[in-house]
Amino acid sequence: MTDYDVIVVGAGHNGLVCAAYLARAGRKVLVVEANQQPGGGAATREFADGFSVSACAHWLTHLNPEVKRDLALEHHGLTLAARDLDSIGLDPGGQHVTVKGDSVDGPSISTGDKAAYQEFHRMTLKFSSLLANAFKLRPPKLVAGNFSDRLNLARLGLGMKLMGKQDMSELLRLALINIYDVMEERFDNELLKATLSFDGVLGAHMGPRSPNTVFGYLYRRVGDVYGFNGPAVVRGGMGGVGAALVEAANSHQVVCRTGVAVQDIMLKADRARGVRLVGGEEITAKLVVSNADPKTTFNKLVGLPNVETGLARRVKNIRMQGGAAKLHLALDGLPEFKGLSAQQLGQRLVIAPTMNYIEEAFNPAKYGEYSTAPAMDISIPSLHDASLAPAGKHVLSAIVQFAPYALRAGWESEKDKFKSLVIARIAEYAPGLEQLVTASELLTPVDLEQEFHMYGGHWHHGEISLDQIMFMRPFPGATQYGTAVDGLYLCGAGTHPGGGVMGLSGRNAAREIIKRGNLA
Amino acid sequence: MSEYRDETMMLKTPFHSRVEAANELNEWDGWSGYTTPVAYTDVELEYFAIRNSTGVFDLSPMTKYRISGPDAEAYLNRLVTRDVSKIKIDRVGYVIWCDDEGQMMDDGTLFHLGKNDYRLCSYTRVMDWMSWAAMGFDVRIVDETSEVAALAVQGPTSCACLSAMGLTGLEELKPFGIKRFTFADTELMVSRTGFTGDLGYELWIEPQHAEALWDQLFAAGKHYMIKPIGSSALDLARIETGFLQAGVDFVPAQDTVRIGRSRSPFELGLSWLVDFEKPVFNGRKALLKESVEGSSYRLVFLDVEGNKPAANSFILVGPEQVGTVTSAAWCPTAKSNFAFAQVEAKYAEVGRELIAEIYYQRELHWTRLLAKCTVVAAAPFNPPRRRQTPAPMC
Ligand SMILES: Cc1cc2nc3c(=O)[nH]c(=O)nc-3n(C[C@H](O)[C@H](O)[C@H](O)COP(=O)(O)OP(=O)(O)OC[C@H]3O[C@@H](n4cnc5c(N)ncnc54)[C@H](O)[C@@H]3O)c2cc1C
Repeated sequence: MTDYDVIVVGAGHNGLVCAAYLARAGRKVLVVEANQQPGGGAATREFADGFSVSACAHWLTHLNPEVKRDLALEHHGLTLAARDLDSIGLDPGGQHVTVKGDSVDGPSISTGDKAAYQEFHRMTLKFSSLLANAFKLRPPKLVAGNFSDRLNLARLGLGMKLMGKQDMSELLRLALINIYDVMEERFDNELLKATLSFDGVLGAHMGPRSPNTVFGYLYRRVGDVYGFNGPAVVRGGMGGVGAALVEAANSHQVVCRTGVAVQDIMLKADRARGVRLVGGEEITAKLVVSNADPKTTFNKLVGLPNVETGLARRVKNIRMQGGAAKLHLALDGLPEFKGLSAQQLGQRLVIAPTMNYIEEAFNPAKYGEYSTAPAMDISIPSLHDASLAPAGKHVLSAIVQFAPYALRAGWESEKDKFKSLVIARIAEYAPGLEQLVTASELLTPVDLEQEFHMYGGHWHHGEISLDQIMFMRPFPGATQYGTAVDGLYLCGAGTHPGGGVMGLSGRNAAREIIKRGNLA
Repeated sequence: MSEYRDETMMLKTPFHSRVEAANELNEWDGWSGYTTPVAYTDVELEYFAIRNSTGVFDLSPMTKYRISGPDAEAYLNRLVTRDVSKIKIDRVGYVIWCDDEGQMMDDGTLFHLGKNDYRLCSYTRVMDWMSWAAMGFDVRIVDETSEVAALAVQGPTSCACLSAMGLTGLEELKPFGIKRFTFADTELMVSRTGFTGDLGYELWIEPQHAEALWDQLFAAGKHYMIKPIGSSALDLARIETGFLQAGVDFVPAQDTVRIGRSRSPFELGLSWLVDFEKPVFNGRKALLKESVEGSSYRLVFLDVEGNKPAANSFILVGPEQVGTVTSAAWCPTAKSNFAFAQVEAKYAEVGRELIAEIYYQRELHWTRLLAKCTVVAAAPFNPPRRRQTPAPMC
């Protein structure tokens, strides 16, 4: 007899989604989370007295509607403070560009660019719909796939064919080139090109000229297929997603233990038989599902000596060095951005004036240095949700790229310098910002790794690139959520389809486990 | 720059000056980058030295890895398929290792030199794999191939030769045992191991003492008909006693390009080296599966009718080709026409009759011969002295 049917290691949103689905199907499930707060990268953090932000992910752009519905997340308290926000590319002179669903506007945007954007939006949405279909299914195995795998592969092929000859060949062409070239082909306005291309490199160790960036862009646009017409802000911060998921999981009798880390996954020969907590407590289960990223799972929890060499090697080869930092500011009042109205301040603000600016921000990251002129994705969520800051005061949250995990000089000595530089950069668009700042913090990828236990502080638990997606994610041989260790599954962002607060990795993993049925 | 324009680029072993002087035929081959003699005088005479007196083979080019550190035993236990914890200090174990697919990468001998201190001798150079396999272990792996000179001293008078050289008490050394002596103020390690299936030893010493060792050994062995032997004679001896040769009887998995060309230990008749009771090791999962589902091929020993060696022959059942021969020889001592073949697993049971399609040439004239052969359980050469302790001192 085991204590549980399934133990899920980690209460990140995917771990909770997986647990809730499994419990809904009648499994007795325990979730063990190292942090006090559930949600993993979907967390809210009070970083200064009375000031809270989304500590890691700050926009809800991707949450899968089926997951939301199946787990009744709205019923369990998930509410949006704002949705369908615009992305505003900031211009130092105030000539901003606004991307609003399928249209784009701004004083510097030509009619040609407007029309070109509509066509681009139509076409990419079509591609992203195809991706969305693939996201729902477990990725087929390439070799020795069974019938349903072959069917899934055929569906994907058919989906491509059904797009029509022109779009299909365009997809095949685009998939492997870079977003820089695509932008150059289609648009004139520098700021527009930069604003759009930044979506292709968010969370990635890539510049606009890197391969895979078109895929990165399409990946983001899958949110559109899920009914998001631009980013949304969760009430109470991203922790609201975690909290609603805990409620949903509880309603299916999932037991959640937070504030206690799993020391290791216990094995008998090459089968998982439970977990040992820090402190020594042992809990057994028929299956263990890890929400931790694949490197943490195998390096730390399973231990490389307990798996075969080929597997250890594949784990080692996963590319997952985070390059995004998070800046949090407590503000004494609402900052003023040149040329932005108060209403516009609540939108997604992007600092990336040109594609070369992003590329040049990326260059130092290749050599273990941070950008001296970083690109940024900024949110002032207190404009939509007064609970995040005391009355009249505000919080600002920014995703900052690039801040490489393995900083050559080491983050201890460099962090404060980098933080001042980032604040100064925003202040170029929002003069007087520095005077409003009453508290601030910068989370480097090293901090993110420590806080959220994601190896390398990587957004997706592993780079999203063509060699690490679908039947290659997280690595060949572990692509259908199961692993070479019998009874051990993966359900985090490191698995197909990947990161972002989406819930599909967790859902797909649960479906696969339920499908395989046999718990013995 | 070399002094002579025709100087070979091959590496020379620490015994080279002596080997070169003895190599009357001047026939050389390459072995892991070293130049090594194919034969010194006459293959048959060299072979008979192994079987009737003592043959000496320079095995310095053998790849040697030194594996040490707190996790050395655990590391090796994950690397190879047998239980390393059962190989005691000053003992040697024959080991094989596989990739994750349970396919043979190589075989070798593992010397347990001290606590968490091992030497692994192998045919292939596999530093990349060894390093990959070390992830998560606290071990140090050093390729000491060029730092250790080695001689195989094999044959019925080998113990007598070595005793005459002053290695007293050697006769008490059990098969696969290790004994240390002092030679020229340095350590001479002797293991009772070899590749001939006969009484025999391997000598391990620092390279700078190699020539002195050779000289003393040959001086002491003079009356015991000691003789240097080349790779051809050794090959004959190893076939006669049923030892596999990597690269000949199986393709190391890491070198295969085509799907289905590598082999598992089960397929090579080495299941006795696979231990499912020990902790996780490379290939375990795949081998467990194979042990349940069955193997595709089987290496068999064949007793072939007639006296034409069945080298490279097809193996037939009726008109159908069911396998191929990997090693074959007319074995002089056993007086047996013997072959190793890989056949489809269903044709592998002992006693089964198969046909070898042998081609041979006499004065540019090719002849095809269909020779009957029988699957036999064991190789024909296996003398009791191979295992006797004390070793015979004849
Ligand atoms: C700077 C940054 C900004 C981002 N911005 C956005 C955004 O705006 N929008 C968006 O959608 N996505 C964003 N992301 C990505 C998003 O945060 C992640 O992809 C997502 O949170 C991954 O969810 P998960 O459930 O798979 O894993 P995680 O959220 O990482 O959850 C894994 C959980 O496992 C726990 N765990 C690990 N090891 C152990 C152990 N030994 N014992 C117990 N528990 C353990 C961890 O504590 C964690 O709670 C961002 C990421 C970063 C780094």
